[in-house]
Amino acid sequence: MPDVNRGNRPLSPFMLGQYYRFQLTSVTSILTRITGNAMIVAALLIVWWFVAAATSPQAFAAADGFITSWFGDLVMALSLLGLWYHFLAGLRHLYWDTGRGLQIEVAERLGIACLVGSVVLTLLTLLVI
Amino acid sequence: MAFLTDRKRAVGLGSAKKGTGHFWNMTVSSAALAILVPLFVFTFGRILGAPYEEVVAYYGRPFPAVVAALTLVVGLVHFKNGAQVMIEDYTGGLTRKALIVAVICLSYAAMAAGLFGLVRLAL
Repeated sequence: MPDVNRGNRPLSPFMLGQYYRFQLTSVTSILTRITGNAMIVAALLIVWWFVAAATSPQAFAAADGFITSWFGDLVMALSLLGLWYHFLAGLRHLYWDTGRGLQIEVAERLGIACLVGSVVLTLLTLLVI
Repeated sequence: MAFLTDRKRAVGLGSAKKGTGHFWNMTVSSAALAILVPLFVFTFGRILGAPYEEVVAYYGRPFPAVVAALTLVVGLVHFKNGAQVMIEDYTGGLTRKALIVAVICLSYAAMAAGLFGLVRLAL
């Protein structure tokens, strides 16, 4: 098969914007990936916080000071929003995996539920903790 | 002039037959995280911002410590597998391999560091 194009094929996001029109289902799908991967920042901050707490009061003061600063608060609050979004979107995937909810109207309604639900859950969490 | 048969050239270019295992791993870890994440958010969220002595005492207790340890381990395995799929989708060749290796190493390093901290706090 010497005529087969190897290694010169287009990679995934090439069609965005040019040939592909965004819609609710695709936006909520890509948001799942973005939020899931972005949470590594908060995860590393939390790991730093745990290691610092186990090390010394001085180390803890540094880690805790950063995480509870205005910038740390912003990162953690956005991560919380991302976490709840990813949480709901994950539940949506588990539901889809059972073969249910795949009709376009249902999928779009579930997408809106993820978007609205994540904001509501974030506000509730910030109120409780 | 090709000396290999068409069949021979096609062998090995298909799927690696590992996709279902990866998918199942994501399903199991997401189901576990659906329970762990709310528990972690409300245990960790409650103590974040508290003074040093309170934090040390809080994570000396079994429930918050075990929830944090499980969330770290399952969460980072879930991240490792999810990030790998993203890398496979958007990159190719050596970049793809290097990024996958980096993500796996980062995930296990963060897991080990977090567990060390938790164990030391608990003991």
